[in-house]
Amino acid sequence: MSAYRLPTGGLIDRAQPLHFRFDGKAYQGYAGDTLASALLANGVRLMGRSFKYHRPRGVLSAGSEEPNALVELRSGAHREPNTRATVAELFEGLTATSQNRYPSLKYDILAINGLFSPFFTAGFYYKTFMWPASFWEKLYEPAIRRAAGLGRSAAVPDPDVYEKSTIFCDVLVIGGGVAGLEAARAASATGGRVILCDEGPLLGGQALNDGAEVDLSGLENVTLLTRTTVFGVYDGGTYGAVTRLTDHLPSANAPRQRMLRIIAPRSILAAGAIERPLIFGNNDLPGVMLAGAVRAYIHRYAVAPGRRALLALNHDDAAATITALAGAGIAIAGVIDARPASSNFVQSLAAQMGAPLFSGARILRALGRLEVSGAEVLQRDGATLNLPCDLIAMSGGCNPTLHLTSHLDGKPVWDERIASFIPGKLPPGMQAIGACAGERINRNILPVWSSGRAGGKEFVDFQNDVTAADITLAEQEGFVAVEHLKRYTTLGMATDQGKTANVNAIALMAAASGQSIPQAGTTRFRPPYTPVALGALAGGHRGQQFKPRRLTPTHAWAAAQGATFIETGLWLRAQYFPRPGEDWQEATRREVHAVRNAVGICDVTTLGKIDIQGPGAVAFLEFVYSNGWANLAVGRARYGLMLREDGFVMDDGTCARLGETHFVMTTTTANAAKVMQHLEFCHQILRPELDVCCISVTDQWAQIAIAGPESRHVLEKLVDAPFDISNAAFPYMEAASLSVCDGTSARLFRLSFSGELAYELAVPARFGDALASRLMQAGAEFGITPYGTEALGVLRIEKGHPAGPELNGQTTAHDLGMAKLLSGKKDFIGRALAARPALTGPDRSTLVGLTPLDGATLLRAGSHLLKPGVPATAANDEGFITSASYSPTLGHPIALALLANGPARLGEHIRVYDPVRNGDTLAQVVAPVFYDPSGSRLHA
Amino acid sequence: MKYSGLAVLREALRGHTGWKPAWRDATPAPEYDVVIIGGGGHGLATAFYLARHHHVGRIAVVEKSWLGSGSIGRNTTIIRSNYLLPGNIPFYELSMKLWEGLEQEVNYNAMVSQRGVYNIFHSDAQRDAYARRGNAMRLHGVDAQLLDRATLRAKIPYLDYENARFPIQGALLQARGGTVRHDAVAWGYARAADRLGVDIIQNCEVTGITRQNGSVTGIETTRGFIGAKKLGLAVAGASSLVASMAGLRLPIESHALQAFVTEALKPLIDNVITFGAGHFYISQSDKGGLVFGGDLDGYNSYAARGNLPTIEDVCEGGMALMPMIGRARLVRHWGGIMDMTMDGSPIIDKTPVENLYLNAGWCYGGFKATPASGFCFAHLIAQNTTHEVAGAYRLDRFAEGRLIDEKGVGAQPNLH
Amino acid sequence: MRITCPHCGQRGLEEFLYHGDATPQRPSDGGATPTVEWTDYVYLRDNKNFAHEELWYHSAGCHAWLRVTRDLSTHEIQDVRQA
Repeated sequence: MSAYRLPTGGLIDRAQPLHFRFDGKAYQGYAGDTLASALLANGVRLMGRSFKYHRPRGVLSAGSEEPNALVELRSGAHREPNTRATVAELFEGLTATSQNRYPSLKYDILAINGLFSPFFTAGFYYKTFMWPASFWEKLYEPAIRRAAGLGRSAAVPDPDVYEKSTIFCDVLVIGGGVAGLEAARAASATGGRVILCDEGPLLGGQALNDGAEVDLSGLENVTLLTRTTVFGVYDGGTYGAVTRLTDHLPSANAPRQRMLRIIAPRSILAAGAIERPLIFGNNDLPGVMLAGAVRAYIHRYAVAPGRRALLALNHDDAAATITALAGAGIAIAGVIDARPASSNFVQSLAAQMGAPLFSGARILRALGRLEVSGAEVLQRDGATLNLPCDLIAMSGGCNPTLHLTSHLDGKPVWDERIASFIPGKLPPGMQAIGACAGERINRNILPVWSSGRAGGKEFVDFQNDVTAADITLAEQEGFVAVEHLKRYTTLGMATDQGKTANVNAIALMAAASGQSIPQAGTTRFRPPYTPVALGALAGGHRGQQFKPRRLTPTHAWAAAQGATFIETGLWLRAQYFPRPGEDWQEATRREVHAVRNAVGICDVTTLGKIDIQGPGAVAFLEFVYSNGWANLAVGRARYGLMLREDGFVMDDGTCARLGETHFVMTTTTANAAKVMQHLEFCHQILRPELDVCCISVTDQWAQIAIAGPESRHVLEKLVDAPFDISNAAFPYMEAASLSVCDGTSARLFRLSFSGELAYELAVPARFGDALASRLMQAGAEFGITPYGTEALGVLRIEKGHPAGPELNGQTTAHDLGMAKLLSGKKDFIGRALAARPALTGPDRSTLVGLTPLDGATLLRAGSHLLKPGVPATAANDEGFITSASYSPTLGHPIALALLANGPARLGEHIRVYDPVRNGDTLAQVVAPVFYDPSGSRLHA
Repeated sequence: MKYSGLAVLREALRGHTGWKPAWRDATPAPEYDVVIIGGGGHGLATAFYLARHHHVGRIAVVEKSWLGSGSIGRNTTIIRSNYLLPGNIPFYELSMKLWEGLEQEVNYNAMVSQRGVYNIFHSDAQRDAYARRGNAMRLHGVDAQLLDRATLRAKIPYLDYENARFPIQGALLQARGGTVRHDAVAWGYARAADRLGVDIIQNCEVTGITRQNGSVTGIETTRGFIGAKKLGLAVAGASSLVASMAGLRLPIESHALQAFVTEALKPLIDNVITFGAGHFYISQSDKGGLVFGGDLDGYNSYAARGNLPTIEDVCEGGMALMPMIGRARLVRHWGGIMDMTMDGSPIIDKTPVENLYLNAGWCYGGFKATPASGFCFAHLIAQNTTHEVAGAYRLDRFAEGRLIDEKGVGAQPNLH
Repeated sequence: MRITCPHCGQRGLEEFLYHGDATPQRPSDGGATPTVEWTDYVYLRDNKNFAHEELWYHSAGCHAWLRVTRDLSTHEIQDVRQA
């Protein structure tokens, strides 16, 4: 039996001893213990060091509000800093390490900060460390950063797995204490779907701590989620919660935590109340505890938190501690009741248990170095008295746990009757009951906010080391508003978010500034209620699962060909198809040559495909494209330019007319979803009178480009008779529905991105893979070559086609040399604002081509353009390169660029300036179409 | 009293009885030569630079709540001047230079920490876009480096280089970028302005803007009428609401942006890092909390808070970029209201109402702009002409089409 | 936040994309010249607090554009209809 373990009682399982280590030393506890209760049972009271002064700290509470007993739990990659020992369930083999101390918990060098504490008052750092300026980063800040912070992150990837779930109910009950259980029972009886969440492993709440029976009947149809903290209230009856699935186990092949989005039109908050400390000197010494925590350790964990106790209170609720102490065989050195006339209740309990009662008295300060050894008590008659003890149980009353009520717009309101804030305006659908509504707490309370400075630091915010004196100083310096106070002193900003501190602090500020408490302000809380691991909030979305991966219909085929893939938005596309020994450049050059001289195929499924049907289709296209569509014949396709309403270019693509009222539009890969949304907007909002329907068919059709002078010969072998794809019958920009490969329905478009004779053939997506194989077979005799996005990019730059880098949302039709595509005869999206002079002026940067003067130096996209010989300054900046590559066809590097007044400058020399990559070379300005400017190859 | 190590020492020895309020809690005078509406960073900086560099007579800052209660105390504290477009770079670079001398100028330690801002890129196209930006910065005399993957990895080893959905290829680094303790900026400017005689009037909400013959004469407030010969608006998320009191409609929507902080940890992240394949950026405060943020929630809002989808999205981005933060715990998240313009860039300009000046549209880049915003707005109010580095921030640029659209997303505020 | 789509029922925020104020009306003059009506339509917003009529797109659902009335100070949704 451990030194402080009570021989009987408690909710621990004495048949299940558990072994654990704290700071390397081995201990034993039982199933049902927390790390804190097990340490207390072993007589360990020093568990941590405070943030600023590195003062020795023990356990203040027995719950999630704990500010002091923070440890690093587990080790290695599983190390979890700042874990509250009071809620860490004990498991076999648990290891924990104290934090924020060096070299050891008992002898912490930085405890010297306590000696210098007269300098380290609230906000001292704002007043100094200013000279010389450069010393901040070099000297002061690193020292401050090292001293600050609490636990150490493992600094390696989190090895655990997390998951998420969305669940629905009619009523969500938050808090599994007696009030919550009763509410859940009642709600369930009406037949609704009820979810009850409690942060602890056991239901019963405060009853567990008081040793009372818990009635769990009538909950058969309630979804009971223990170890589940509802951490936030969000709009529309949405609650954020996290369930700790395996944190209480030594190890598990299962997710560590699950984040829940709980959708509940109604909720019942039954979160109880949190006790507040009394303010007196050295009230942070190990051995000074909240009275309710003392009862919890005795009743729930069968631990005597001390041998000789002092109980300080100012209301009746805490008097139950007298019985608890006596029952545990702990001597009571005194009951210090701040009320001049103690209630009969306290008087009779004290008398019954033989505890000396000091009415109208208060503790001035606790005595002791690493733990409590006594207290200096100011008696009603003004005399002081030293009472030896090793435990001080204190209660300044309770604060309703109303945090969730203020997550939306609710402002807690002061209730003078119980000297506490109670919930104000509640989130829609929420009801608060029990202690968190201020019911049956703080009976006969006489609020006491300060001991009156009798020496020793009087802590208000234990974790952040904010003292009563800091609050006075903040008031003196004008930081009176509650938010100023918090920000200036860091009060309430620690891991516990001021759960035990905020109300005391507001009361002290009210006193210092001569205001009432409601005048001084209120306390509002931000989510989360208790800290939530980022891993849980991210769930499974990390690593390769960060975003979905879209694969093209030919992905498996391309992989079999040895393709290297590249991320294109969510898509993975074949980047190039290296042969043995080839690097990416060699492969790309070979692929480009194949397209220019024979034939290549490339999966272009990723381009957005939108099916547009209806009698209003032509009028609709006229509206969304800047160029004209009225005269496009059935069976023909056309290039289309789409603007935003502000007149800038949004997207481009082709659109083919497959029938009188049937079109199929393509968009760029990047803008597929955006264009779909835009079309629906244009139709549903702007032109609802048009009888037209749009639907995305991107995923329904596999589309493969067959490009190169031999492409027709390849296709002839696939197209089913009697369809004729001769140049005469199926010329450039023709489109048709047909069948291929003996009866597979398909769509054929004679489009070219490469500038060669080329087609795009679409088949139902499930046939994409087979089509690629068939094309390869059919093209074998012509040297058919699969090509990837690298070659695709080179081919389009050679041809001067704008793509993503040119359609960057900052360019206009004028800039891209497409001003002639702005129809003057119709209303279209962007028409009016595209006509503004600023969008068409000659000073704008306009698309040109560049070739290096030396014929060899690679040009790089992102380089800026300057007149040769002028200083490299912003004033001389004339544009930049948008796209660049080596042209295998021309045998030298080429680039597309946006150059001020570009078309007027063909033939000029320009400096290509790329200081971030040490580039600086000269180029000649040329027309943007490097290859086959007459377009003869397209029509071949 | 001048703040210094010596002053702290002296006060420590006499029990800190000598500290005075950092600024006076002024009551409004009947009239001022210049009234600035908005006691946030921009308004206080404006008042400070007006008092410091211009002779404009009596100055007041009017704040509806407590000083610094808006975005100045809700942001993620990042400063940088790594912009792309010529309308922006000189302005933000002036701001950076003012940050570099701020503490000495206002005698308040705002902990300006030039720890370096890394923008991670994940594709060739993104690399080239950052090269374009870095080169533009260099042409403006701003520091910029393009780091390849190996160099980045040597500097920041803990990113997910091995298993990322969008592989990390490198970063654009602005070494002079960094962080500043946000509240201290408001307090520092407030204290310095107060010492120069500026009246800072808190808990004074403006309810009307009075005009005569098309010219501003003063403001109606919850503390009575205050006459103003010149009136400057620096009210960020409330810009449209206050401007409407003078009959103006603005190219602005108000949107909620969330920010996040974890429990304090020992030093872990030494720089500011932004993810290029999702919405996430992070730094670590001197106290040890990981401070991070992401994208707007995306809908108009005057409620300073957001919702779960954005919270999840931001944390997913964080875990994708640096999976070591999975066990760090979120301790608080909150929201602020951003004055999002139609091109994502701000406005510092006169208005059609005589003697009414507008400083607005900071989107979610307002914090880093604070010093230059105040400096240029003070210049505008005092001189009635635009400061050269803010010359592009005209109100009429929208109608004219001279937009400063860094992202190229057009007139859609929630996408900037 | 949850929006009750008239076609799909109540759905979470993550299914929707936001456009903005629903009240500006696109000029019907054909757009031959960039008049002030056009620039106001594209760039200026009332941006008032409280009840706000706005357009949402049910992108991960039925692709309907919805006209939602929402209180900007509380995010409370007061009305949803097909735009």
